[in-house]
Amino acid sequence: MGTRAVNAAETVEAGVRLTDISLAYGDGAGGRPVLQGVNFTLRPDDFVCVLGPSGCGKSSLLHIIAGYLRPTEGTVRINGVLHTRPDPQVGVVFQHHNLFPWLSISENVAFGLRMAGIPRKERMRRTADYLSLVGLESAASLLPHQLSGGMKQRAALARTLAAEPSIVLMDEPFSALDALTRESMQQHLIGIWQRTRTCIFFITHDVDEALLLGRRIMVMQPGPGRFVEDFENPLCQAEIGLPLHELRAAKEYIPLRQRLMMSIAGDRTES
Amino acid sequence: MAAPLSRPLKVSRSKGYVLYFTVSCCSVLALFTIWWIASHYGWVNPLFLPSPADVWSAFTDIAREGYKGSTLLGHVGASLRRILIAMFFVFVTAVPLGIVCGRSRLVRAVFDPIIEFYRPLPPLAYYSLLVLWFGIGDTSKVILLFLSGFAPMFIAAVYSARRIPADRINGARSLGANGFRLYAFVIFPSCLPDLLTGFRTAVGVTYATLVAAEMVAAVSGIGWMALDASKYLRSDIIYAVIIIMGIIAILIDSAIRLLIRRVSPWIEQ
Repeated sequence: MGTRAVNAAETVEAGVRLTDISLAYGDGAGGRPVLQGVNFTLRPDDFVCVLGPSGCGKSSLLHIIAGYLRPTEGTVRINGVLHTRPDPQVGVVFQHHNLFPWLSISENVAFGLRMAGIPRKERMRRTADYLSLVGLESAASLLPHQLSGGMKQRAALARTLAAEPSIVLMDEPFSALDALTRESMQQHLIGIWQRTRTCIFFITHDVDEALLLGRRIMVMQPGPGRFVEDFENPLCQAEIGLPLHELRAAKEYIPLRQRLMMSIAGDRTES
Repeated sequence: MAAPLSRPLKVSRSKGYVLYFTVSCCSVLALFTIWWIASHYGWVNPLFLPSPADVWSAFTDIAREGYKGSTLLGHVGASLRRILIAMFFVFVTAVPLGIVCGRSRLVRAVFDPIIEFYRPLPPLAYYSLLVLWFGIGDTSKVILLFLSGFAPMFIAAVYSARRIPADRINGARSLGANGFRLYAFVIFPSCLPDLLTGFRTAVGVTYATLVAAEMVAAVSGIGWMALDASKYLRSDIIYAVIIIMGIIAILIDSAIRLLIRRVSPWIEQ
């Protein structure tokens, strides 16, 4: 604990910093490299969308940031402190809602607060706040299996946000939803981010989703996984507040989309 | 956003259930009719197959006057007490051990060979050893029942712990659950539906061992009643006892099934 405090004092910096992250499966020279030399910093109010073809290592990267997977080399620092194992600092929303089926929606949302030892009254108040943030007040006492797919995913988001993490990692959270639900979830997420300004690291393979949500877009390529693009999204909806259909009609939209598609697919033909 | 909260599935299921139940009732009725006809026309020696009326009167006799020193309820109670004690110890030992074995390959490597070895052994093979060790009283009987129930419960616990999705554990750790609290708040409740199913199997196996357990030096229990009656060729009593045993088994099983549905309503059965 003492060394941790010293480390924090040395590099007081807010946000998430990844330094020289490499990951290889297997040992030594025969190991298959999954990630190589990944470096980046996320600001405390970033909304980053990470695009990449399947198998480019974006999920492995998310697992490393979450602390589920130990990188072969490199470090993850959250607000300057070394992060090596999962804790409430880093929240995760999975592709599948991953709610606890035996707990009601409000108990699910309260789970992190309960683990943190927050007194019952305060817990209930904060749970109610986050339930209303995702618009699920009326579902508080239901069990997860009684909810629709979109509602479950919103509950999962509320559960993660309620623990008040420094960063929220989202691993293709809307990819299992139907198109209409997905669009409404994207709008929800934008609204939530505008209110909370929590750092979000959002993995997707959907270019439109990245353009719609991300304030910053990063593109990964496989073999081994690395970042080839990292730029501020000029269309970022959360900043300019355009409705979805106007965003799609914006004149920068098509060329930008084209460029991202090329950047993702280009490498595929190479390797 | 109106959610599909009512499940229309339930209607069709209950309709199918009525049909299923009716057919089952007819099947049981048919069996009784055949039994009645066979004994009425003397197709089978009454020693092998007493008439339903004889079995009924044997039952009412036992119910009214008891059997050799205890009432019928006393015998049933003695057997259920042995099963209950055995199952209590099965649950409190096999469940934690099984869950830990399911989570850790190394711990599993310690216990797996031992349990895999004794599991297929017929309980009667080692019963005499238990009697040598623990005497002819209730202890050896309960331990025999315990051993027969332990293996299926343990295997269910291992399986249930291994089946927990990795994401659920990861997600819980990211919400701050660690160590004992991870086991208490996430792993155990995740396992619970499978544990109850395993418990159901274990009770069945224990019940099947009951007669064997009551073979040696018992003076009470329904298993013992069946054995004792056979010494005097009282097949009417044997039949009555078997039917009582069957009904008790069905009642226990339905109770556990009800509990499973109450505890894990999200699992469609």
